[in-house]
Amino acid sequence: MERDGERIEITISSRFENIELVQVIAEHLCENAGMDEDGSHWIGMAVREAVANAIKHGNKLDVTKKVNATFELNGHDLSITISDEGTGFDPEKVSDPLNPQNLMKTSGRGIFYMRTFMDHIRYSFDTGSGTSLVMTKNLAKGTGLASGKA
Amino acid sequence: MKATTRDVNGIAIIKVDGKITIGAGDQQLRDVIANANSKNILLDLSGVTTIDSSGIGELVGSYTTATNKGGKLKLLHLPAKLNELLHVTQLITVFEVYENEQEALDSF
Repeated sequence: MERDGERIEITISSRFENIELVQVIAEHLCENAGMDEDGSHWIGMAVREAVANAIKHGNKLDVTKKVNATFELNGHDLSITISDEGTGFDPEKVSDPLNPQNLMKTSGRGIFYMRTFMDHIRYSFDTGSGTSLVMTKNLAKGTGLASGKA
Repeated sequence: MKATTRDVNGIAIIKVDGKITIGAGDQQLRDVIANANSKNILLDLSGVTTIDSSGIGELVGSYTTATNKGGKLKLLHLPAKLNELLHVTQLITVFEVYENEQEALDSF
């Protein structure tokens, strides 16, 4: 099923318990667009990781700061933008969790999961206006994971 | 997250139910593992409904905690999606995973 021009936007305060609200929207949007349950789950997981990073690393758990999520669906092309009010970071400095030296680290896998489950992810930083992450996915392509081939 | 611990032949079998996600179970799991009476731990994950990168990180941290105590931490009944997450991060090469409790117990 192709759905043109679908746009959903939600703004949450920086509380971990709000992550699932955004994740559920992502999963329902994907399922309504015809993606199977597993594929929708993995996209929801990418969204979960992005929102968690925005709350923890972007807004530093400051509940007065907001995280905005925008979902835009055009045909099979899903674009998800997650924005926070933080000061940004250098994505190049995030270590590769598959490097044997990093394998036993207890953190640092969130962006890797986003990259695994989505087609493209791109961060942008505007001085004074926070960090934006844009993740895109062609829903017709599936996830490429064993349990998520659509 | 809810954790239930029972002892079998000196091995702590910890059954985890619910979410192991950031702010909802990740810290709890760490505490349960740290307070286990045995250095050898079998973590039954059949009841885990959701896990994220923080939860995966806690599994890694739990493994390290058990190893540093001179014990072992092994996994039992991995849900399919958790199994997938361990595979894509290559952590599946770190953990011993079992589908049969007795086999897992015999392996310690």
